[in-house]
Amino acid sequence: MRELVIVSGKGGTGKTSLTAAFASLAKENVLCDADVDAADLHLLLQPEIRRRTDFMGGSKAVIDLKRCTSCGLCRDLCRFEAIDAEYKVDGIACEGCGVCVDLCPAQAIDFPIQKCGEWFISETRLGPMVHARLGIGEENSGKLVSCIRQEARKLVEEQGLELIITDGPPGIGCPVIASIGGATALVLVVEPTVSGLHDMIRVIDLAGHFKAPCLLCVNKFDLNIEMTEQLEEVARQRKMRAVGRIPFDPMFTKAMIVGKNVLEYKKDSQIARAVQEAWDGIINSPAMNSYGIRSM
Amino acid sequence: MIISIASGKGGTGKTTVATNLAVSLGDSCMLLDCDVEEPNAHLFLQPQIEKSETVATFIPIVDEGLCTFCRKCADICRFRAIAVLGKKVLVFPELCHSCGGCLVVCPDKAITAGGRELGVVEWGQGAGVALIQGRLRVGEAMSPPLIKKVRAYADTRRTVIIDAPPGTSCPVIAAMRGVNFVLLVTEPTPFGLHDLQLAVEAVRLLDIPCGLVINRCDMGDDQVRDYARQERLPILLEIPFDRKIAEAYSRGRMIVEEMPEWQEKFRELFGQIKLEILADIWRRERQ
Repeated sequence: MRELVIVSGKGGTGKTSLTAAFASLAKENVLCDADVDAADLHLLLQPEIRRRTDFMGGSKAVIDLKRCTSCGLCRDLCRFEAIDAEYKVDGIACEGCGVCVDLCPAQAIDFPIQKCGEWFISETRLGPMVHARLGIGEENSGKLVSCIRQEARKLVEEQGLELIITDGPPGIGCPVIASIGGATALVLVVEPTVSGLHDMIRVIDLAGHFKAPCLLCVNKFDLNIEMTEQLEEVARQRKMRAVGRIPFDPMFTKAMIVGKNVLEYKKDSQIARAVQEAWDGIINSPAMNSYGIRSM
Repeated sequence: MIISIASGKGGTGKTTVATNLAVSLGDSCMLLDCDVEEPNAHLFLQPQIEKSETVATFIPIVDEGLCTFCRKCADICRFRAIAVLGKKVLVFPELCHSCGGCLVVCPDKAITAGGRELGVVEWGQGAGVALIQGRLRVGEAMSPPLIKKVRAYADTRRTVIIDAPPGTSCPVIAAMRGVNFVLLVTEPTPFGLHDLQLAVEAVRLLDIPCGLVINRCDMGDDQVRDYARQERLPILLEIPFDRKIAEAYSRGRMIVEEMPEWQEKFRELFGQIKLEILADIWRRERQ
């Protein structure tokens, strides 16, 4: 079993569009949308949900004013300034640490567990898919990402498949860390811009912590050829393979509008060839074949 | 006045709007880069960094000489960041949420305050704009405490513009809470619309007035505009796709540098935001 995780550092570089296109080229794969904050892959794949499960995250403090003696201890203890002068807990600020719950002398604070989101196992025309939706403003995005990656692993084994393609979140924080631990390889989808370069370096450094090998795919490479070359040079210095260059093309947007990936939208196009080339580079790379498995 | 620039979806142009708006307003404003995972505003303002401060968050340090291994610290920790195994106390700094529960319950005073580095806050001045930015340490998972720290340094006598991170979870909330206005930057595509809807839900949860900027407004369909009409969200600015803008952006150049006539449009945008804030105050007073 191998897992390919698509990340980028900077948001909006084309991770999801490329994930969906790769899914057309891969065979025997499970898809996993780990961008639980703003999941979009389902918009291209129209999944039929087979199983829906509540994601229970942490608990939040609720003060029962009937039992509360207004002693003020909880307000003094709370490091998140979540309890106001009327002893009302601000659910958004509450971190769920439970310190007030345990130490309230009147035992006036309840700690109900919260539903933080939902996750789904679905069927799509390009294979089974695990995806999720985190509640607005919720914490625990990392936990939800770990949960759906685990489910994707189970699914791959149950169905006797071989590969997981995971659409990762932007950034380098909690959900990204949860997305890349244990991945076979990461594909960095980067645009040739100063921001793209800056953010890519931070993701490479993060990947280094987890010893996850990285591959570079430059999207919209023709917007700035010099910068594309610079990205590829950084990749070379970091011993990363550059697997592809995708040209700028409004076709990505057109395909998105009709709910298709670019290969389904137009099979014989310059974009389709570039995506195919990138995919061949990925699947045959040493990073994806560290156990001696060759092309599928 | 504090204005947050947010989006839901990444890469819609938050930093573009934030930097161009800030430069157009000049030294009457300051810019806070609260996208601490990937701070980019500095790439366009190119400030001279004048000051830098390392920010740490509380983690427990256990003195095993004083510890009686009563396990109270491990019992109170909901994040399993501290464990007692026989005559050994293990602290997992990266799991700690800095609630300080262990410090309070330890009967032996065996726990003292240590620190885990979250990242740095940096101060600089570039393109006529005062910038404060957070930069999360690579490997650090928790960005909200650093975002709060950056915001704590804002000079609120000035107009404060916050460049927020993408998404809708806790880091975005940290960058939007308690501001006067949220400007949501979106693009007229299915992804743009979907993530805009999530962002609007987040803004409404916080009960803050908001308006839209539609970037690359001519590349997509009309669904974002239809949604804005239905939800009565004002569209305050539309920026067409222009290869010249995209190429300039790729080199770290702002729209107002490439096309100075845009300064006026960004100033008008600011005027519109002020009107929206006033309208919101009136609405609330009437209720």
